[in-house]
Amino acid sequence: MTDIKLHGFWYSPFTLRVKWTLKLKGIPYENIEEDRYNKSAQLLQYNPVYKRTPVLVHDGKPLCESMIIVEYIDEIWPQNPLLPTHSYHKALARFWVKYADDTFSAVASLVRSSNGEEQEKAIEKIWEHLKVVEDQCFGDGKNVFGGDTINIVDIAFGPLITLLVVLEDALGVKILDDEKFPHLHSWYNNFKDVPIIKENLPDQDKMVAFIKVFREKLIASS
Amino acid sequence: MASNQEEVTLLGVTRSPFVCRVHIALKLKGVEYKYVEESLFNKSDLLLKYNPVHKKVPVFVHNGKPIAESLLIVEYIDQTWTHNPILSSDPYQRALARFWSKFIDDKVVGVTSKAVFTVDEKEREKNTEEVLEALQFLENEIKDNKFFGGEEIGLVDIAAVFIPFWIPMLQEVAGLELLTSHKFPKLYKWSQELINHLVVKESLPPRDHVFAFIKRRYESLFISK
Repeated sequence: MTDIKLHGFWYSPFTLRVKWTLKLKGIPYENIEEDRYNKSAQLLQYNPVYKRTPVLVHDGKPLCESMIIVEYIDEIWPQNPLLPTHSYHKALARFWVKYADDTFSAVASLVRSSNGEEQEKAIEKIWEHLKVVEDQCFGDGKNVFGGDTINIVDIAFGPLITLLVVLEDALGVKILDDEKFPHLHSWYNNFKDVPIIKENLPDQDKMVAFIKVFREKLIASS
Repeated sequence: MASNQEEVTLLGVTRSPFVCRVHIALKLKGVEYKYVEESLFNKSDLLLKYNPVHKKVPVFVHNGKPIAESLLIVEYIDQTWTHNPILSSDPYQRALARFWSKFIDDKVVGVTSKAVFTVDEKEREKNTEEVLEALQFLENEIKDNKFFGGEEIGLVDIAAVFIPFWIPMLQEVAGLELLTSHKFPKLYKWSQELINHLVVKESLPPRDHVFAFIKRRYESLFISK
């Protein structure tokens, strides 16, 4: 009987990536909710480099960094595979996974923004990234996202778009404009209705409330 | 799998540590390839076509299909030409190798650049501290192993070629102390092993060329002040 623990935050998009992966593959695990303001000694021992979640502990062996964890899970539990088998398509999928991570930096700037100007700049940056995805990942048989079944690129971007929707609500701004990003918009509408995803989305109101408090604390301490 | 009819091309610039990673991987596998020197101030149509997202090197093209991002290219090469493996067959070891390679990109390469190429003393100090912290983690990780990959070089060693070749030049130009044998004895020892590895030696760019570039870039920061 394998022993799997996931140290995470209920609100974290990075933890969500791992959670969705485990649920999609029907892998039982113990969820350990961490407190970012009071991290457990175990977490700090398992992730001394970054001291953050998510951390997956498989039979006592810890792994960090959400997409590295997702690939690991995909390799060990091959049911409902997330990565394509062909090396070239694998490389392409990983390219877009990395791009999702790069986009998160722009989202982080928005979360931290303390005035209108910073907010505008951050949104511009996010739009730049989303435009690349909109133009490069859809159409002409470019099934980078999903297709018939959820794949690793969906997992990488899903929580990011979810967070953008929360930020739209929390900040009263429009980011995922369906006129600017028709494909992305349509992809997300389908994605969030997939049963496993729908059942495992953090509550929108709870997230909005959380983000507001989180931002206040961040801005106050800077 | 791979045959002698393969068309393998690498687009790069001589001075780049990211391009160097791909040279190492290809030479390790004994793959014949065509190298195309790009100019980042005058990017070729080929580069823009093959990497429209980032417009950067390295770009690896295998039978007309392009791949960007140096570490992804190295993994692709490892999967396509399977002798002299770069990654372990054990999924946990593979995940650890990916973790440390990403760490080197996030916490060593970019941050060293920030520490060196700045006129802001505070920025320099802050980033220098960060690099030293990162090198300490690597010092703890290498332990008494010859390479991060064990007896032979692996993904992490290839990712970390920046450390033994580029860091000494960068620190010399900027008057910083980053990689020294007294601060990081085990990492320093590893760095010498790596730099003297036959395949790595063959893959490194000419030192003078890289040094001249770094010096020019550094000095230009102060000229415009």
